[in-house]
Amino acid sequence: MSALSSLTSRLPFALVKRPTMSTRAQVLARIAAVVLSIVFASLVLLLFSLNPIQVFATIIKGSLGTKMRIQQTVVKAIPLTITSLGILVAFKMKFWNIGGEGQIVMGALGATVVALHFPETLPAPVMLVSMAAAAMICGGIWALIPAAFKARYGTNETIFTLMMNYLAIKFVTYLQYGPWRDPNSAGFPKIPPYPDNAVLPRLFGVHIGWVIALVLVAAVWLFLNHTKKGFEISVVGESLPTARYAGMNISRVILVAMAVSGGLCGLVGMIQTSAIEKTLTYGIGGGYGFTAIITAWLSRLNAIVVLFVCIAFAMLLQGAAFLQLQLQVPASVAEIVQGAILFFVLGSEFFLNYRIGRRRAAAAGGDGIGTNAEVDA
Amino acid sequence: MSEHGADCAIEMRGISKSFGSVVANERVDLEVRDGEIHALLGENGAGKSTLMNMLAGIYRPDTGTIRIRGEEVHFATPADSIKRGIGMIHQHFKLVEVMTATDNIALGMRAQKPASGARSSAGADTDATTAGAGAGAGDAPAATADDNAGLTGPFLNRAKLAERIRAVSDRYGLDIDPNKKIYEMSVGEKQTLEIMKVLMRGARILIMDEPTAVLTPQEIKRLFAIVRSMRDDGCAVVIITHKLNEVMEVSDRVTVLRRGVSVGTVETRGVALPTLIEMVVGRSVDLSIQRPSYTPPPDAPETSEPLLRLDAVSVTDKDKKAALDGVSFDLAAGEILGVAGVAGSGQKELCEVIAGLTRASGGRIFFEGDNILGKTPRDIMRLGIRIGFIPEDRLGMGLVASMDLVENLMLKDYRKYAGPLLRRAPSVEKAERIVERLDILTPSIHTPVSQLSGGNIQKVLLGREIDSDPRVLITAYPVRGLDIGASYRIYDLLNEQKMAGVGIVFIGEDLDVLLELCDRIVVLCGGAVTGIVDARRVGKEELGFLMTGGQTEGTGRDAA
Repeated sequence: MSALSSLTSRLPFALVKRPTMSTRAQVLARIAAVVLSIVFASLVLLLFSLNPIQVFATIIKGSLGTKMRIQQTVVKAIPLTITSLGILVAFKMKFWNIGGEGQIVMGALGATVVALHFPETLPAPVMLVSMAAAAMICGGIWALIPAAFKARYGTNETIFTLMMNYLAIKFVTYLQYGPWRDPNSAGFPKIPPYPDNAVLPRLFGVHIGWVIALVLVAAVWLFLNHTKKGFEISVVGESLPTARYAGMNISRVILVAMAVSGGLCGLVGMIQTSAIEKTLTYGIGGGYGFTAIITAWLSRLNAIVVLFVCIAFAMLLQGAAFLQLQLQVPASVAEIVQGAILFFVLGSEFFLNYRIGRRRAAAAGGDGIGTNAEVDA
Repeated sequence: MSEHGADCAIEMRGISKSFGSVVANERVDLEVRDGEIHALLGENGAGKSTLMNMLAGIYRPDTGTIRIRGEEVHFATPADSIKRGIGMIHQHFKLVEVMTATDNIALGMRAQKPASGARSSAGADTDATTAGAGAGAGDAPAATADDNAGLTGPFLNRAKLAERIRAVSDRYGLDIDPNKKIYEMSVGEKQTLEIMKVLMRGARILIMDEPTAVLTPQEIKRLFAIVRSMRDDGCAVVIITHKLNEVMEVSDRVTVLRRGVSVGTVETRGVALPTLIEMVVGRSVDLSIQRPSYTPPPDAPETSEPLLRLDAVSVTDKDKKAALDGVSFDLAAGEILGVAGVAGSGQKELCEVIAGLTRASGGRIFFEGDNILGKTPRDIMRLGIRIGFIPEDRLGMGLVASMDLVENLMLKDYRKYAGPLLRRAPSVEKAERIVERLDILTPSIHTPVSQLSGGNIQKVLLGREIDSDPRVLITAYPVRGLDIGASYRIYDLLNEQKMAGVGIVFIGEDLDVLLELCDRIVVLCGGAVTGIVDARRVGKEELGFLMTGGQTEGTGRDAA
């Protein structure tokens, strides 16, 4: 086209909506985004006069280098995966559950009530199952509160679930410093440790949370893709009028999905208290409730893909911790990489739908983005 | 054909455009002269809108050249196109509801301000001169940069603007109350305002995308009068349409597109209707719509109750206004009951209240004698009452755009099977059956419905509703956006259902179709029934009269 030949250098750009790309092109675009994010992170590292190749090699070595490091990576991948699954169920319905962190904390609280009050003579399996049930109920309730308000009054779930995080964390902080403080902890503000029958057993050197995570990946995939409820969740997410048209009970779908979402997050609270901390602390969420938003989104809301995204993120977390020890580099380097990945991958979503069209010099007025004019035309 | 005469307002040559794997236009040629009304005719999906969107700068052609008055142009944005004196009036109006007509016009002008600035700054560019030249040739009221000066500063010169509006109004017979707010305007008035906006920006080439779709017969007459006066003034007008009678009535020449290819351009006066149809469809078509009479099977139980009876049904909208006002009518088995009315007369609420999607503020709806008013769609399904509903906005309600055919077919009956698991197999089978039976064009039954053409989307929805074996079928504008062939296929399918004893409510917009297809027609105006007439014994004029609020008496009135 002759227009292309007459392009000059002083070009403003116009955003043009592009037709749907082929699946292959979409996959390529995402891979390109990941590569770009690594390039970008490398530039940042160079800025701090660090050798990016060395840094990335250290991250990989630190996360997969020895058996022990692999185990540590798995330990981080477990809560991230399960939380991501919970977030994913809500996101599938376009219910923006930002409250994973609070649901984890409340789940941990539920598990702790059971662990500290049920008899120590109880067989471990009974104890653990009771704790898991209590955790899921508590996490579920914490998610159901904003869900009920949304279903009944149409409140904004993003703000609501976010605020519920602080309520949960502050409440547990109060318990930890106040009524539940362990009198035998030499003055430290700690809640008493779990009895032995409340600690998750290990399998192949890692607590069995990894088995639970794998089972849940399959279960959530099945739930969303092959059950009536899962179908209803997708339809409600895509189009409320159509859901109503098809005779779905929308409030009920919202409540069920959020109970599942909060329940899964709550279970993470139980796993983390039981296997890692062996008691309840207000920081039990460890930021997984927020990181899971990223991983759920990067997985394109696919339960199977979530597993791999979470493993990659766990490697990054674990590798960064190692990096800190090995190279005296702050662990925030890993956060930069994480941020860069998110930026580029989410950015690539934009370019899957739009392209930047070059504009001819003749048209190069001062009139900003092309879409402005389009709105008016 | 190939010379670039000065009388050639638009000359498009060898235009191709594809979206992904879909070819929308393939080597299309189009020539439009100054002072003519040019119809761009074709079935839906033939590529008419795509072609015109390239002229309006919304899309860019993959290959081919566009010349405006002999000068080759390349539009990157709509602003470029506007600068060349091209104005497109889209199907969906772009007006600010809370503002007055004058304000909206002023907004349109102000958006142009940077453009005129650019023109002078890029003064060396040869392209810049043409718009002015074109305007001069037609002795137009077109805005030159000077004219605009008073309107593009930081302050609005209302007096000057009002003067200009008046001048354009008088010239073309546009009747606009400059101080009326948009939300108080009828669809016809809004459209007139859109035309005004485009003219005020100095457009000498007008493109109208399906301009009559939302108008009453009276409004259409007025629109055509305006269009003719613009032609007589030397403007080039392109009307995108798929309605043959409009082509015959208003156009001077017509270009027919079929499946993205231009079939040819003919003088309207010299062409016979059947020839035109053949050009559009690619084969000869019998254009009469059947109206078979339903006779109930002899073993049918005698019943005095009609299939569906509405008794003084009222619906209040969210602004506390009556969207439906005491609507009463009966629907018999084996009857197609048409509903006529200007867009927004309560058709949507009527459909949704019967389907249980909108809450009524009063009245009763009887299905075979049982009141179903106040029941949700789910309650209605549970009672075993099979009401099929084909909503107006198919992708907004009724179908999930991002889901495939199988999942969309599951929507209505996924609950039928016991247990918590979703059973896909029966729907896969059903999808294959419906695709086969209704000739749905789709790459596969696992393609998201959003990727199908409008006609095929409609067939998926209709296929699903028919497949559920309904007793009552409510169809809101079932052929809207469909091409001629697909429309007739839909009419046939509806008649098939009618002969099977289904009671059909047909919300229509094309009065000719309503008159030919339906047994009786309910006319709505402002949410109230202004008449129930026998479609065999009523004329278009009378329907138009009822649509605008006149009450009928005597002849066609049906008390049943």
